[in-house]
Amino acid sequence: MKPGHNTRSRVIIASSFLVALVLSVLPWPAWTEQFRPDWVALVLIYWCIALPTRVGVGTAWSVGLILDVLYGSMLGENALAKSLIAFLAVHFHLQLRMFPRWQQAVVVLLLVAANNLLVLWIKNLAGQAPATWGYLTPAIVSMLLWPWLFVILRDVRRHGNVS
Amino acid sequence: MLQVSGWQIRAPSNLTRFVLLALLSVSLMLLDARGHHLQSIRKGLTFLFRPIQEIAAIPVRVGGAVIDFVRGDASLRAEAERLRSEQPILLARLQKFEAIEAENAHLRELLGTSALVADRAVVAELLEVASEPYRHAIVIAKGAKDGLYLGQPVIDTYGIRGQVSEVGILQSTAILITDPSHAIPVQVNRNGLRAIAFGTGSADSVSIRYLTASADIKEGDLLVSSGIGGGFPFGYPVAKVRKIVIDPNESFLDISATPVARLSHNKEVLLIWPAKSSMPVDIKKPADIKKPVERKKPAEPKKPVEASPPAEAPKPAVVEPAKPVEGEDQ
Repeated sequence: MKPGHNTRSRVIIASSFLVALVLSVLPWPAWTEQFRPDWVALVLIYWCIALPTRVGVGTAWSVGLILDVLYGSMLGENALAKSLIAFLAVHFHLQLRMFPRWQQAVVVLLLVAANNLLVLWIKNLAGQAPATWGYLTPAIVSMLLWPWLFVILRDVRRHGNVS
Repeated sequence: MLQVSGWQIRAPSNLTRFVLLALLSVSLMLLDARGHHLQSIRKGLTFLFRPIQEIAAIPVRVGGAVIDFVRGDASLRAEAERLRSEQPILLARLQKFEAIEAENAHLRELLGTSALVADRAVVAELLEVASEPYRHAIVIAKGAKDGLYLGQPVIDTYGIRGQVSEVGILQSTAILITDPSHAIPVQVNRNGLRAIAFGTGSADSVSIRYLTASADIKEGDLLVSSGIGGGFPFGYPVAKVRKIVIDPNESFLDISATPVARLSHNKEVLLIWPAKSSMPVDIKKPADIKKPVERKKPAEPKKPVEASPPAEAPKPAVVEPAKPVEGEDQ
């Protein structure tokens, strides 16, 4: 392993999260809002499966906290939800690697739905939850995007020799 | 294995880390939601991650510029023409308004309340719309530097949009009246019936709760801010009643109303510093009549120097119905 290798891997992983964060706050017309996929969760799940020693619960928590700041939600809300995703993804990363792509996508659906359900639940406890079923649509869109995102991030990882 | 000051310890397992971070998240949330202890930390973090918001805003700015370019001369000229023809009408209306204002001031004098002082307003550029699915918030390009304060009313040319929920140094966040955590005291313009308008989380609707079937409210009624609670000044349009559902099984009416402000339009919003007398008329002792408006409270948020008559923070009224989840802790 070359000396600069470690830093470069970090930079590449961090940039992928940065892109995901930007996509998460990119302004869209209001009606598309409920179809916005959970970019951060997608990128997080990929790295957790591919490099569980490098990206895990800690990374997830930090990125989630940044998301809280960007969204203006309660600090810790998304941090908790994203660490849950990372925990599950890292825990099952060996199985997930073996899954065919569509089966991974189903797992992504479940993870994002769990994430959104947790956020909704927290908001409910804090008395600020809206009466909507909208938390399921981002999960479905995320599932549909997974195969493509997987290929893109895999190419990034191979090309950038991230390990 | 990790080496910590000579000791061999195992790196914490995945589960341990998760449990620890989950506990940390929960304590953060409790601190944030219950006591607003994290305002300064949040302010710092917001400032730190500002670049992400800036990057996300680039496409919209470029898009706007492109649209302006494509629209070109003709449509701009048409727009200028339209504005020019609108101006005399508005000016004429304003003349009348001034007369009414004078009359109103006179009547208030008779009632023994201080004269009507116009609210101070500042135009702020809207930087972006917060994109969390369950929240309706906007980010505006004014901050503590411009004298903004928590809970400050945000309006546009049509009516009340929301209130400032987070004051940064250079930019702030405001939640809209449709945000599920928002509530605003209103009254029916027609008869002064008081109510509270709650955000619903859907962009074109607020709900009026706790009105009984005997309440005199009709579809099409305009709801204006009542000024009770002190957060919002009296008399700004808030919403129009769209639908009233009477369910005999429920003790209260199910009323939905459409916000008057164009919540999803316009690049600019107005921030107002409510003047004292835009609170609802309250009869005072005669001794108060001649007293000037300038009665400053010590714990007043800093105001810019060019401020027109200093707007005193309104005295808390008897009821405090509208409290956003975050805010009002100054």
